[in-house]
Amino acid sequence: MSAEVAPNLWLRFPSRVNTFCIVELQKLSHDRTELFTRAVQPILWLVVFGQTFNRIHAIPTGDVPYLDFLAPGVIAQSGLFVAIFYGIQIIWERDAGVLTKLLVTPTPRAALILGKSFAAGIRAFAQVIVVLIVSALLGVALSTNPVHIIGALVVVVLGAAFFSCLSMTIAGVVLKRDRLMGIGQMITMPLFFASNALYPVSVMPSWLRALSSVNPLSYEVDALRGLLIGTPDHLGPDFLVLIVAVVAGVLTASSLVDRLAR
Amino acid sequence: MTATVLDVDLLPALACAGVRHRFGDHTAVDGVDLIVQQGELFGLLGPNGAGKTTLIRLLNTQLPLQEGAISVEGHDVRRSPMAIRRLLGYVPQQLSIEAALTGRENVAWFARLFDVPRRERKARVADALETMGLSDAADRLAGTYSGGMVRRLELAQALVNRPALLVLDEPTVGLDPIARAGVWQRVEELRAATGMTVLLTTHYMEEADALCDRVALMHLGTIRADGTPTELKESVGPDATLEDVFRHYTGGSLGAETSRGLREIRRTRRAARRVG
Repeated sequence: MSAEVAPNLWLRFPSRVNTFCIVELQKLSHDRTELFTRAVQPILWLVVFGQTFNRIHAIPTGDVPYLDFLAPGVIAQSGLFVAIFYGIQIIWERDAGVLTKLLVTPTPRAALILGKSFAAGIRAFAQVIVVLIVSALLGVALSTNPVHIIGALVVVVLGAAFFSCLSMTIAGVVLKRDRLMGIGQMITMPLFFASNALYPVSVMPSWLRALSSVNPLSYEVDALRGLLIGTPDHLGPDFLVLIVAVVAGVLTASSLVDRLAR
Repeated sequence: MTATVLDVDLLPALACAGVRHRFGDHTAVDGVDLIVQQGELFGLLGPNGAGKTTLIRLLNTQLPLQEGAISVEGHDVRRSPMAIRRLLGYVPQQLSIEAALTGRENVAWFARLFDVPRRERKARVADALETMGLSDAADRLAGTYSGGMVRRLELAQALVNRPALLVLDEPTVGLDPIARAGVWQRVEELRAATGMTVLLTTHYMEEADALCDRVALMHLGTIRADGTPTELKESVGPDATLEDVFRHYTGGSLGAETSRGLREIRRTRRAARRVG
């Protein structure tokens, strides 16, 4: 009997991210139902809301058709909806005893949370592929530049990683699935509406603009619009905000994970 | 907090000295001294609420050590928690597998988490599944497994890193007699094949009697007696059972203490929530 040689602490982080992403893909491969059920809502946003508002020109989006303007917002929203309830999984793992076992593997708490948050990103990523296909079918003029598409997928993963950390942080505070469900439902729509996903920041009242400026979803949508439909972007600040948000989310959620396992 | 210096000549698999742990005003582990030698199958016996699981969670680094000292294979839990986690195989009390993955994927998951090198991983996973008699069911979703198979799958997960110390917390609780016998058979075969040190907790006295090289009786957070099952039974009288030994050293029967233990558990959990 022998224990494995310990890899460098910093190498353990990408290794754990890789591990949790593989596990998430394996779960998805065994049950693809969620991919289709979760696709219904964004399709409704695009097909019903998007096409209607595209005709009535109620929201000023300049030269960009409203459906094109909306598509990146709906992509970000799909990732948000997947990630914001991801904390339920960690509570389920706690209840099933799996978390206890994970916590006694040679995995730093921050690496565990980072791994799980990127696994949420993978789930959102799969979702976004469906939304991208639907958007293209509806005639949204999406960029075909592979660098832009890869960049957009990275943005989606970062956004989902942050919101899943937020969800796991809430899980670490409330400890119960029902409470997390309630809080998740309570904050999802305010996060969505207090962002530039549905309308430009310029039409928002000042108080909503202030909320939007501290909402990571707005930076995610801004980056997606720049990458996918070529609107003027602020990619540097957008990526910086998302990366800082993920780091802060990982540190906060990992400080609470032991509380879940007690 | 005080630290007790461990004084052992030979390197034991596990050494606990003066271990005490409180949840709020409830003392779950109250001054435990314990040595488990290399290669032993050691049973920690006691009713629910005796403090067995808390002691396990202290030695596997899940809970921070408040008082006393614990070393696993010479590594101090305070100084080297990561080194200890690498040396442990752990099966918790709850049946705990990922039902949405196959048996093979469940074991491979833990192989990755224990940094089993990629070139060895596939063979090690197959070997662990084979050892636990799960090769034929390896590619089925674990959600379709019976309780006994889930336990064996958990053992396979715990073995994939080739641990120096295998810790089993109530491994047969909730299983039917056939499944229980199957789990113990696998543990015995494993130990015979590898000489691995095994620490298990149970409140099934007859199983501990049949399996363990040495046992310790734990009651209300303290170790009341320890020794080989034969020594302990002889200390009480001819024809004594481990149940009689337990009654002798604790002043109560295991059944009576179990109901008291449930109250203790509830109190402990409430206290843990309050201080957590």
